[in-house]
Amino acid sequence: MATHDFAAQESHAHAAPQGFIRKWVFSLDHKVIGLQYYFLALAAVFVGMFLSLLMRIHLIWPTATLPLLGDIKPETYLTLVTMHGTIMVFFVLTTAPQGGFGNYFLPIQIGAPDMAFPVLNMLSFWTTFLGFVVMIAAFFVAGGAPLHGWTGYAPLSALQSAGPGEGLGADLWIISIAIFCIGALMGALNFITTTLDMRAKGMTMMRMPLTVWAWFVTAILGLLAFGVLLSAGILLLMDRNLGTSFFVPLVTINGQLTGHKGGSPLLWQHLFWFFGHPEVYIAILPAMGMCSQLLSVFSRKPIFGYKAMVYAILAIGFLGFMVWGHHMFMSGMSPYTAFAFSIMTMGIGVPSAIKTFNWLGTLWGGRIRFSSPMLFAIGFVSLFVSGGISGPFLAQPVLDIQLHDTAFVPAHFHLIMGVASIFGIFAATYYWFPKMFGRMMNETLARWHFFISLIGTYAVFMPMHYAGMAGQPRRYSQFTEVHYLADLIPLNKFITFAAFVTIAGQLIFVVNLFWSMFKGPKASDNPWEATTLEWTTATPPPHDNFGGHTPVVHNGPYEYNVPGAPRDYVMQNDPELKAAH
Amino acid sequence: MGLILLVVIWLITFISTYFFIAKTWWLPVGASASTAGIDHHFTTTFILMGIVFVAAQVALGYLVWNYRDRGSSSSKVAYSHGNTTLEVVWTLLTTVLFVGLNLATYNLWAAERFDPAGANAVRVEVTGMQFAWYFRYPGPDGKFGATNPELEDASAGGEAALGLDPKDPASKDDVVTGTMVVPVNREIEVILRAHDVIHSFFIPQMRFKQDAVPGLAIHMHFTAIQTGEFEILCAELCGLGHYKMHGMLKVVSPDEYDKWLAAREAEKQ
Repeated sequence: MATHDFAAQESHAHAAPQGFIRKWVFSLDHKVIGLQYYFLALAAVFVGMFLSLLMRIHLIWPTATLPLLGDIKPETYLTLVTMHGTIMVFFVLTTAPQGGFGNYFLPIQIGAPDMAFPVLNMLSFWTTFLGFVVMIAAFFVAGGAPLHGWTGYAPLSALQSAGPGEGLGADLWIISIAIFCIGALMGALNFITTTLDMRAKGMTMMRMPLTVWAWFVTAILGLLAFGVLLSAGILLLMDRNLGTSFFVPLVTINGQLTGHKGGSPLLWQHLFWFFGHPEVYIAILPAMGMCSQLLSVFSRKPIFGYKAMVYAILAIGFLGFMVWGHHMFMSGMSPYTAFAFSIMTMGIGVPSAIKTFNWLGTLWGGRIRFSSPMLFAIGFVSLFVSGGISGPFLAQPVLDIQLHDTAFVPAHFHLIMGVASIFGIFAATYYWFPKMFGRMMNETLARWHFFISLIGTYAVFMPMHYAGMAGQPRRYSQFTEVHYLADLIPLNKFITFAAFVTIAGQLIFVVNLFWSMFKGPKASDNPWEATTLEWTTATPPPHDNFGGHTPVVHNGPYEYNVPGAPRDYVMQNDPELKAAH
Repeated sequence: MGLILLVVIWLITFISTYFFIAKTWWLPVGASASTAGIDHHFTTTFILMGIVFVAAQVALGYLVWNYRDRGSSSSKVAYSHGNTTLEVVWTLLTTVLFVGLNLATYNLWAAERFDPAGANAVRVEVTGMQFAWYFRYPGPDGKFGATNPELEDASAGGEAALGLDPKDPASKDDVVTGTMVVPVNREIEVILRAHDVIHSFFIPQMRFKQDAVPGLAIHMHFTAIQTGEFEILCAELCGLGHYKMHGMLKVVSPDEYDKWLAAREAEKQ
């Protein structure tokens, strides 16, 4: 399994396509598919961000009438909450780091000409795209999009009469997620097979870049998690449309019997969070891999504790499947189980702490270059610490009593799985843009983008912790009915204004991205003087990645400032280092 | 650039920490027996995590500034792949910190959730429905009467909303109210139910939160140690009126409570 001859790879090679449709639309090339995923996520992130903007406006001006959109009603607000969360989690945080960058760079970084199953790869993208179309369609059907939150707790999500949007909109929401799961499963199979079978000669597992390790473990998580969500979604559809009662006990809506009996609302939560918690790591692991990579490249130093990093990724992946109950401490689940889940959850903090320690250790004694990818990697470490540190509050059931379902929870997960992951995506964009498009991005714009994003997101999410501690509940469309919430309105105004600035700052990124694509200065093949295999090939890489030959790997991925080496970095395919330690 | 990063990261850290330490916004003042223990543990966790937070951010800011590329005046880069001893020590330390912190809460959690309410507790059945809370007291017979979903009339409110079954003799003396009234310094057993979707019964000052789940009757207990009026919120997304699913808890002296209950029961005769 460790390394392979080229025969396995050649069988996967396919001729470069001719014609626009085969080259850019129904492409089999992992690089094009990676870009397709990336631009899908870019479209999705702007939809999701726009929804959050409307939410923030409604929260502090609940009676405002917006141009074109009119009034935002309480149920409309919940629709925004639901669709913001769903679109961001599935079509941005799962799609860009894994589908986008993973697709583009995993094969190149291991020295393969393409993914193991190119046709499956194309199918997985178009399936994901279809899922996105169906999700957006939910806005436009009678009753609009659902209001049950991205977690879709039954019975609210299972009963058409439970509220506006719980009709066709909710069906489309479930169908979209089911379609997404199918795409994600196909993608996961492809990533795992490619990593295990397609590595170039000399690319042993312990020579793989940490990005590859992260994508590989993320794919395993996806394979195990999305199947469960798919099944749960199908059961929920049956409850809604075929009269089954998997998740619905005997309930009445507004005094009217619904015809259901015997189901368990907690069963949905168990199935959902069995997917939902690993999903957090599906979003963040690739960003962790990116961050490790960039800290080493731009500190001009080997990563501190490569093996510990690999073990930590594996430990996070493994423990990630044993902590889902920490979302359910207040759900009515057995309090004994809650305590067990709590200990496992605190345990998962350990590998996360190891990674942080190693990132700081990598910076220590380095010679740091503040290129834009590095700024976002440093920002990632800061956000990861800040978002991680609130975890042990929520992970302890006695503290979760007060904090559960308050603004403290969105504060926590936005910092760590939202913003930190997105910083990973930004870092990856600035880092790999030269390889993908053959041009450099503008560094001045990138710095403005970085500082506005870093300060802005802290200004948005740090105060949410305060609001949560003071008892502000999540998913309240306005603060008019609970007396003590009046005191928190100034704080919420601050958050909204900070959100305006942060969102405006993202336009800098878009301008930089598209301007640089056509007008940026030409990039050399290895502008960052990095060591991994994507920097050994042409810019942008040819159809088969390495122009007819396959690289042979002799060195680890992070050999910088090796004593006695002719320059301050040793490429993975350079002649083997002697006595590296 | 290294210096700007240091300043920005440190400023973010110190400003964030200031508002925590100054307690500009903090947990609402508690009024239940469990408050002291929970708040104490919250403070302990806050101090420990606060130290880790400040230490990590300050170190990050310092390292990126100190080890910036200074051109030819930079000192030689340390060629190192890590240090196993340091990794092991760090791993053990964090394990002890995280797991130890958690084990320290065992008694608090057990008192709240493992042990049932005492025999002397006041029993109140709390029912959540879109978008109201109803409270039922068992009356002089000490028994909650039967309810029948087919008899529910949500728009009528009160007993009719709960679907109280008049055929059951035990239901005759049940008292149903829209405000929860309880005596101070006496254990309250709460029996949580929901009719339609999941709601969550949240009284911030009592450090009390528990989902009310259709199909389940969840038994919980707490003791209020101060009289006064406390707001009850719904903490689990339950539909378009979630934000206004609001109730009141009145904690009164035992005498007042007895009088209030007797008056409600008399109305039932």
